[in-house]
Formats: sequence, structure tokens, C-alpha cells
Amino acid sequence: MGRYFFSKLIQSLLLLFGVLFLVFMMVRVTGDPAALMMSREASPEQMEAFREEMGFNDPVLVQFKRFMGGAIQGDFGNSLHFKTPALPLVLERLPATVQLASVGMLMAILIGIPIGLVGGFTPGSVMDSFGRLIALIGQSVPNFWLGLMMILYLGVRLGWFPTFGRDQWNSVIMPAFVLGLPVMGQLVRLTRSAVLEIRGEDFVRTAHSKGLEPRTIYIKHVLRNVAIPLISVIGVQFGYMLGGSIYIEAIFSWPGMGGLLEQSIGWRDFPLVQAIAVFTSLIVLMLNLLTDMAYSIIDPRIRYGR
Amino acid sequence: MADKETKTNQTVDSLLDTEKTFKDRLAYFGRFLWRDRSGVIGLVVFLIVVFAAVFAPLITSQSPFDQDLRSGKMPPAWKEEGSWEHPFGTDSLGKDIFSRVIYGTRVSLMVGLFGVLIAGILGMLIGAIAGYAGGRLDAAIMGGVNLILSLPYLLFVVFIATVLGRSLLNVILIFGITDAPIFARVTRGEVLRIRESGYVESAISAGARWPTIIFEHIIPNLIGPLITLATFEMSAMIFYEAGLGFLGLSVPPNEYPTWGNMLAAGRKYMTSYPWMAAFPGLAIMFTSLGMNLLGDWLRDVLDPRMRRSRK
Repeated sequence: MGRYFFSKLIQSLLLLFGVLFLVFMMVRVTGDPAALMMSREASPEQMEAFREEMGFNDPVLVQFKRFMGGAIQGDFGNSLHFKTPALPLVLERLPATVQLASVGMLMAILIGIPIGLVGGFTPGSVMDSFGRLIALIGQSVPNFWLGLMMILYLGVRLGWFPTFGRDQWNSVIMPAFVLGLPVMGQLVRLTRSAVLEIRGEDFVRTAHSKGLEPRTIYIKHVLRNVAIPLISVIGVQFGYMLGGSIYIEAIFSWPGMGGLLEQSIGWRDFPLVQAIAVFTSLIVLMLNLLTDMAYSIIDPRIRYGR
Repeated sequence: MADKETKTNQTVDSLLDTEKTFKDRLAYFGRFLWRDRSGVIGLVVFLIVVFAAVFAPLITSQSPFDQDLRSGKMPPAWKEEGSWEHPFGTDSLGKDIFSRVIYGTRVSLMVGLFGVLIAGILGMLIGAIAGYAGGRLDAAIMGGVNLILSLPYLLFVVFIATVLGRSLLNVILIFGITDAPIFARVTRGEVLRIRESGYVESAISAGARWPTIIFEHIIPNLIGPLITLATFEMSAMIFYEAGLGFLGLSVPPNEYPTWGNMLAAGRKYMTSYPWMAAFPGLAIMFTSLGMNLLGDWLRDVLDPRMRRSRK
């Protein structure tokens, strides 16, 4: 058990190192980082001064050591736009993004799983068709577009919800719904197919044949097993929501990391983009690790299987 | 598979008559397609999109580039001030939105098609090597694959696009390369599964050489899952390309009309002229819906195990 967690932890650390390496290489390999960060009108002298200031003239290995050393201490350099360290700027925006993703995930779980359960227990029913429709919509509707349309119709025309910002209690509802919709669709699909699959398993048939009450069978045998794949998807998708909220935050002017990312792309503020990318990857990796652990606690087969 | 076996037993002639078996197979797919109506819808939608991309100049006489400020911000034809000259209205510069939506299929399909081709070929090679070699090489390759797959994909793509700058080639390359790990993972899994299956084992024990095993057994069995995956990935790439365009990271806006760029431009006029953003969004939704339905159907039809269970 301890050994399994330990090897997972080491794997995550290696992945984190890989992320840092990728980010570092990407900026250097594709050409002159100064050209990337400075405006096109900058004079050659300005460019040279900038290169010197940022240390781009040093040997790559020295730069890499400095980058890694800084990154480990949480130092990603100064934001070019704000002229202050990049990481605190990101951390400042973290709570808003976490709130958005949490509410979105909660909506997806509370709506998606029950619909999927009903669909799985009564395949072919009206509710099942409805669930499959939701799954299809969640898969196919571009969420940035859906966000715009909701702002227009529910926000501006009907005035039900605020159209931007995070100041009112119900500000979070529209962006969270849009962010959660693809996950909702996925949960419907997954719950449905898991219920269908497990209902056909031998142990469920045995439970029926030894005369257990259907309710006990559903709760003790079916639902517990359905929970296993769901937990892994919820964990992984939560990470994707944190990283994928960029459009939704931009559209709804939500003051989170995604909105900051959109702005920093516009400013060509590379240290800030870099800090957001690395920090979000770190959170996602941690979430994946936690999911793996939760997974192996619930499902002993994973711990002992290898 | 079952009906093919009975046929083999009937006569040797019908076995050699490849045209007939191909036709039979086609007819079989056709019957299956018809039984699953959502598959028909998916296929029709996909064909419409391909048709629109290829025959764009025949569908609309309006140029997607012509600006005419006097007829700018015109609403769609069915609104009071609209005219059938511009069925979906015009954008802020007076460009015809209908023809831009139609021409927009070209960039979307190009990104989807070439992106999937690159990702598929790269991923298949990597996955096949990992699956066939096994051992340390396999572990190293899959480590890299898992690294990329565990990253927040959208963020990763946005980051690369920011570094590389906007151009059609860059977008195709970004999707082609970042998507290869998914193909690699699926290919590796399938190769391992097929290698350990009973029929490959019996082929080996019957004395088949490795080229026979690869070309006769492994590749034909790989094609089904990979085509299904390619459909879903193509749909995802079209989706993500629009997203990049929306953030201003895809093809430069004055080069060629794309749905993402249209959305980004329309967003500014959202409250007063909603049609500018509505139509490109509907186009993305239409395409994505069709391709997902098609992918679902292909998954069922190309996987014999699923086929049997659906009967």
C-alpha cells in the first residue's frame, strides 16, 4: 500500500520535472525569446538590453539551472505587464477559478449522475433518451459559444443572471453551468454504461438468485461498483476544468486564472503565461495523484493487481 | 465475421471473388447504418460539411472577403431589415456571413484532416514500436506519452500556440503533434491485446512469419479502433481550432475565414448584433454533432463484439 503510493508520488514528481523541461525548451527552441516577449516596434538596442536583463545571453545550461532553481522556489520571474513577481499574481486568482470549477463540477455531478443512473436502470426509456441527448449536447456544443448565447438570452434579454464578474451570489451560475456541461454529458454516459455493465455481472445475478431484495442489490452491489470509474473521471475532469476555464472566464469576465491567461496572452507577458501553465499543471498532477489514491483505496484490485 | 466463415465453407470461388465480398460487406455496413438512424444523421452531416468545403463557390455567389461598409451589420434575411442577398446577414465590415460560414468549413476540415493524419501516423508508429518492443523502450515511450496526456490539454495547446505564433501550418502541427500520444496509447493497447490473442498465437504455432502476422492479423485489427478514434479526434480538433481562433491564436483573421475568428469578431457586437457570433457557433455545433454521431456509429460497427451485442 505504502509502496504503491510512493511509486505514484515519484511518478508525479517526474512528470512535474517533465512539464518544467517542456515549458523551458518550448520558449528557447522556437527562436528568440526576446522577440516573443517584446513588441514588434522595439529597437535592436532595446531588444539587446532586454535579453541581457532576462539573462537570455547566458549558456542554455546556465539558464536551465536558473529556471529550475527559481521554479522549485516558486519564482517564475517578474510579470512583464505588472512588473511584480508572476506567481503571487496567479495565486491571487486561484480562489475564483477553484470556486468556478467546484460549482461547475457539483452541477455536473448532481444532474449528470442521477440521469445516468435512471438511464442505466431503464434503458430505452424517455429519461434514457433525454440523458443521451444531454451527453451529445455536452460533447458537441462549443462552450465558448454557449456562454455567449446564455449571456445574451438569459443575461441581457431576460435579466435572470448577471452577465459578468463575480460580485453577486448568482454570478457563478451561468459560467459554472457552461464549464460543467461537457463533464455532465460525460458523467451521464459513463454512469449509464457502468450501470448496464455491472447489472449483467455474475455477482449481481448470484445476488438475485439467492433472493436478496432488489434495493439491497442496487445499493450494495451495483452502486458501489459504479462509483469506481466515476471517481476517476471526476478527479481527472476537475483538473481539466481548472485548466480549461480560459474561454469561460474570458467571456464572463470571471476574475480567475483563465481570464488572467487570456489577458497575458494579449500582453505578450510570457513569464505570466509560463507561471500559469506550470502552476495549473502542478495542481492537475496533484489532483491526478489524489484520484489515483482514492481509486486504490476503494478498489483493492488496483493495489494488488500489479 | 460469422457470415464470412460460412461463405468460406461454401465454395472456393466465392472466396476468390473479392469484389463480391467487398460488396457484401458494403451492403452489410449499409444495413447496419440504416438500423442505427443516428449514424445516418452523422454521415449525412459529415458529407454536407465536406460538400460545403469542396464546392463553396457553387453554394454561394458572395465572396467571403468583399467588404462593403454601407451594407454592414445587416441582420439575417428573415429579420425585417434583412435581404436574401445576405441570408445570414453581414458582419461589422459588411462581409457576407453565410459565405464566410461556408468557406470556413475549409480551414476547419483542413485542420481536422491533416491534424488527424499527422497525429495518427506519428501515434501509430510510436505506439506500435512501444507495444511490439516492450521492456524498457516501452516504459520510456509510455512515460512520455503519459506525461503529455496528464497535462491540461487546452492550456498546453494555448501555450504552444502563443510561442509559435499564428498560422494555419502551426495550428495543424500543434494538433498533429499534441494529439499523437492518444493514438500511441490506443495503438499500443491494441497491439498488446492482439499479440496475446488466441488467433495470433495459433498463427505463430502454425509457422506464420512476422510479416504475415503484422500485415494479416495486427494491422487489419488495428484499423477499426483507430478509425473510430480518428473521427472523434477530428471532431475535437475542429472544436479546439475554433477555440484557439476565439482567443486570437489560430489562423490570422484577414487570411481566410474561420469559425473561431468569426466568433471572436462577433463577440464584440454580441448584444446588438447577435447573429455575427450565432452562425459560426451553430456551424461548429452542427459539424461536431455530426462527427460525434458518426464516431459512435463507427465504434459499434467496426467492433465485432459491440456489433453482436447490439443485434
